[in-house]
Amino acid sequence: MTPHSNIPPSQPQANKLSPTPVLARVFSTDHRIIGIQYLILALVSVIIGTLLSLLMRIHLVWPDWPLALHGPILPEDYLALVTIHGTIMLFFVLTTAPQAGFGNLILPAQIGARTMAFPGLNAASFWLTAIALITLLASTFAPGGAAISGWTAYPPLSAVPSSGPGQALGMDLWLASIALFAIASTASSINTLTTILRNRCPGMTWERLPLTVWGWFTAALLSIIAFSVLLAAILLLFCDRHAGTSFFLPNGDLVNGVLHQSGNGSPLLWLHLFWFFGHPEVYIAILPGMGLTSMLLANFSHRRVFAYRTMIVTTLLIGLLGILLWGHHMFVAGLNPFASSAFSISTMAIALPAAAKVLSWLATTWRSRPSYKTPMLFALGFVSLFITGGLTGPILAQPILDEYLHNTFFVVAHFHLIMAMAGIFGLYAATYYWFPLITATSSHPGRLLSEPLGHLHFWCTLIGAYAVFLPMHLTGLAGEPRHYAQLTGIPSPGSSLSPAGALLSHTLPLNRFITYAAIFLAAAQLLFFINLTRTLYKGAFASSNPWRATTLEWHPTMNPFTPSPASDTAEISVHRTPCHYQFTSTEISFLPQWAPVSFAQDKIEKATDSKPE
Amino acid sequence: MIWSRLTSAATLLPWSLPADASAHGPALDHHLLLNLWIALALLALAHLILLTGLLARRHSAPNHLWRIEYLPLAALALLFSTLTVKAERLWAATRYTGASPTALQVEVTGVQFAWYFRYPGPDATFGLTHPNLVAPGEGNPLGIDPNDPHSADDHVSSQLVLPANREVDLRLNAQDVIHGFSIPEMRLKQNAVPGQTIHLHFTPTTPGTYAILCTQLCGLGHYRMNATLRILPPDQFANWLATQQKAAK
Repeated sequence: MTPHSNIPPSQPQANKLSPTPVLARVFSTDHRIIGIQYLILALVSVIIGTLLSLLMRIHLVWPDWPLALHGPILPEDYLALVTIHGTIMLFFVLTTAPQAGFGNLILPAQIGARTMAFPGLNAASFWLTAIALITLLASTFAPGGAAISGWTAYPPLSAVPSSGPGQALGMDLWLASIALFAIASTASSINTLTTILRNRCPGMTWERLPLTVWGWFTAALLSIIAFSVLLAAILLLFCDRHAGTSFFLPNGDLVNGVLHQSGNGSPLLWLHLFWFFGHPEVYIAILPGMGLTSMLLANFSHRRVFAYRTMIVTTLLIGLLGILLWGHHMFVAGLNPFASSAFSISTMAIALPAAAKVLSWLATTWRSRPSYKTPMLFALGFVSLFITGGLTGPILAQPILDEYLHNTFFVVAHFHLIMAMAGIFGLYAATYYWFPLITATSSHPGRLLSEPLGHLHFWCTLIGAYAVFLPMHLTGLAGEPRHYAQLTGIPSPGSSLSPAGALLSHTLPLNRFITYAAIFLAAAQLLFFINLTRTLYKGAFASSNPWRATTLEWHPTMNPFTPSPASDTAEISVHRTPCHYQFTSTEISFLPQWAPVSFAQDKIEKATDSKPE
Repeated sequence: MIWSRLTSAATLLPWSLPADASAHGPALDHHLLLNLWIALALLALAHLILLTGLLARRHSAPNHLWRIEYLPLAALALLFSTLTVKAERLWAATRYTGASPTALQVEVTGVQFAWYFRYPGPDATFGLTHPNLVAPGEGNPLGIDPNDPHSADDHVSSQLVLPANREVDLRLNAQDVIHGFSIPEMRLKQNAVPGQTIHLHFTPTTPGTYAILCTQLCGLGHYRMNATLRILPPDQFANWLATQQKAAK
């Protein structure tokens, strides 16, 4: 079924007369401006989050190093760094940039729509997200300190203000921030889903949707399910803190001399609710990147995506399984061991659709004629990091092995390779690829980021990513736990190392290497900022379709920043799935989704359907 | 042959697994190393295919070919199923059933930021505890009820001392927040959750001194919530226990 009405009547405010044009632009309901606003918010967040992670790394290996204007990093400071780093990266970078940022910028154009379904709601979602970020940052200055419970905020630590520093106003602000974010994210996802359901142009059937759109679609479904549960959990936790309830507090809980006997709750209830959100959150962050990678590999290999339908099915399967396996975070949390077995099986099962995606990526690039533009390099980097990070997933899915590896740096390495590194590679691929669409204005076409600088940036980032996160597997195997402000333990009498100190300080040489690598990785990102700044002022102008892409966002009238009244815009319709390419000995021709030719299509399908010799 | 060589090579790595001193540990280590080698092999294979595909050039290609699409998936499904079954058997052996009735009983309590270990004494029964009796300053950090006759012979230690080669049944709980009871060298980890008593059983094998850590973020002193496990030969353990009980009286 194809919807027929995809043309909301008017262009947003940009063309309207307004007494305060600057304000009108800032509070615009234009999805393209909102998309850029989300990306700027994510950029600010990722800079803060990265600096915090560097402080943690430096503190781990040089614990006495005093921070300028602050002094030495105290244990509660370290845990605040952990908490704010995790929260800001998970929510304000990895959820926001791929889903809300690029979703707003590109999604409508990619399905042949002119706007998002609910422009007002869209703007409200962004400003709510911005307020959530400000609230989170403000929490670090709260009396009593920033929240120190980690991004998972396990009660009773987070539920009882007397449980130590960071559990008073800082924790309340943290909860308020996440609650606001959950509301914003749910609203934004409703918008995304409705746009995909209702605003597709004629001919854009479900099977012809670019895989990026399938990624956004599935992530939006997961967001609505997961964030609503998180919001409920946060409200319950807030009631435990201030309304005398005890959803998460057991009877007779004695924290720092304060006895709680008001009810008979269980901390495990929070773990269930939190991880019911927490694990889908991983897929919310990575699914759009997976979709984009599929499209970019096909585009730059000049191939169709291998097993297109299977890729759609695996995207949905990953979404479905993604909400059925939260319990693998709880193997040693106090669950019945039989429940752990069930969650182990559902977790192992998700390895299969993920592996199917990897197979498709390998088959798409297999003996193709790739052109190594920077977006392609980052897409290949995504594949590499996804494989490397993904392969430790089945290991952690086995409760008996998790019994040893849980909460060690092995887990940190696993999820950072997938979420942080593959996730960021997806974002870089998107930025380099869509930069001409982001920078085009009514007076000039978009600009291309510098290729030589892009290549250098890619290689430094790839090497840095592996140099930081591969050795972390080893420190984890050596037994180093997460969330430790220092690795020397309590000294035994005679100031020798205790058994714990001996075990933990064993990893210090490798930790030093990881810290140096992390500084290198962070420094390499300056290349991106140099490239960005340089290109914004004097980068080369791109043609209307510089990558020979076949999806609708590159349609000449879809150029997001060419303000053309809707009445002047030609009706767009779609005639095929994306990524149709054809070779002759001298050139590559391609058939965009919107090209109304049919004879060439037959030829191409014949050529590409043949078996390899 | 090859397998044992690979395994021994892995243990020679500079940052390898710490010593393994529990009865269930070697099987766990074996399964872990098997998993790591499989992951490493798949990693190498996938990257080899990726690089070969990129370097060897030609332009015709399938966009749908069942043997590429489904056969590797079937192989992976078989591989992961085998690993799951093997892992589940190991998990079942240690967790599906409790300790034998003759196992040594020790209660472990996590408190911000210390571990306390309570032994039931000759009557083999733990005395009652009440949170409102907790008074660390008065030498009663666990709130043991002095009016309960079973509590008279209980003794509390800051070290976990156990005999070698005898099964131990730990009953874990937490007084305030969630703590993570972990002994890496015993390949043991289990959260201690306030409001719950969780049983954990294992058999230490090699006498020595080992680290007990907290692995669940529990507040600012989390990183120094360490304790020591001492595994003694059975006769030395009996002496230690007798000394403790005498001191408790």
